[in-house]
Amino acid sequence: MGVFSRMSLIFRSKANKAMDKMEDPRETLDYSYQKQLELLQKVRRGVADVATSRKRIELQIARLKQESDKLHSQAQKALAMSREDLAREALTRRSGLEQQISDLATQHASLQAEEEKLTLAAQRLQAKVEAFRTRKETIKATYTAAQAQTQVTEAVTGISEELGDVGLAVQRAEDRTAELQARAGAVDELLASGALEDVTGTGKDDITAELERMASTNDVELELERMKAQLTPGTSATAAAIEGGDAAGTDAGEASASGEGTQQ
Amino acid sequence: MIIRILGEGQYQIDAEKLADLNDLDRAVEHAISVGDVEEFRAALTRLLTEVHDYGTPVADDVFTESDLVLPPADATLEDVKAMLSDEGLLPG
Repeated sequence: MGVFSRMSLIFRSKANKAMDKMEDPRETLDYSYQKQLELLQKVRRGVADVATSRKRIELQIARLKQESDKLHSQAQKALAMSREDLAREALTRRSGLEQQISDLATQHASLQAEEEKLTLAAQRLQAKVEAFRTRKETIKATYTAAQAQTQVTEAVTGISEELGDVGLAVQRAEDRTAELQARAGAVDELLASGALEDVTGTGKDDITAELERMASTNDVELELERMKAQLTPGTSATAAAIEGGDAAGTDAGEASASGEGTQQ
Repeated sequence: MIIRILGEGQYQIDAEKLADLNDLDRAVEHAISVGDVEEFRAALTRLLTEVHDYGTPVADDVFTESDLVLPPADATLEDVKAMLSDEGLLPG
């Protein structure tokens, strides 16, 4: 016997166990229908849970992107102040964040796929359950003990397999989501721990930074070159702006000094 | 005959296709027994494609058991092993 006929037997034995519990076939119908409604609820909850996880990851990605942009502009500022060491540190951290963003994007895609699968499963089950309800009412309306057993057995075993299938889909989605939830928790901790604070602040982990640096040296060098190239034509303008700012400050000082002079 | 693809629903397929399907079933079984992931993936994909190509979806108001139950396309070799060995995997 092949693998997949064995698998259908496993499903079948589950269905038969449910059938054996009931004396009156009509009770079996109601019991099965009850189970179907419960499962339908469960699938819908499953869809909602997966959607919640997906949204959480979307928020995390948005926050990490913000941090990444911040580090980028910090690096630009540091470089403008001729602090290449700080710029390098900022870009190194940014490269670590970019890696995390890309990991999260993968998880996001996987959750989205689970969500789609479960949504389809819910729709399929909904249609089956509605059809079952109609069948159930028909059997009950025309109930004769002699034929009922056959009809009931047919309908209930037929849908039991469906329940097993959808139940399995929900379980898979739950497992997958729980796994991703744990990882999302780690990212939340990172975001809350202040590890992403201003690069000019203190308390950085040198080893981690060094490891990240080794992993991302190429990216950082490239980014530095690009920034330098952008910076070169604008250098005189920036200098002028700083000088202009100083000049204005001096003027204001003089104005207020002369203002005081007038009052006296 | 009726074939279920887990996560998709049931398909009605001509009995004359059974020989083909049996060959593919054996290929999957072999892959599982020797733990060959690539062979497993290839055989499962062919099996599912065959059912998609030659099967017709079973209507919602038809309640019938399947002759074969196939795992979803993204199932791993371990998933299928677990489905076959551990009844607890299937929710009652």
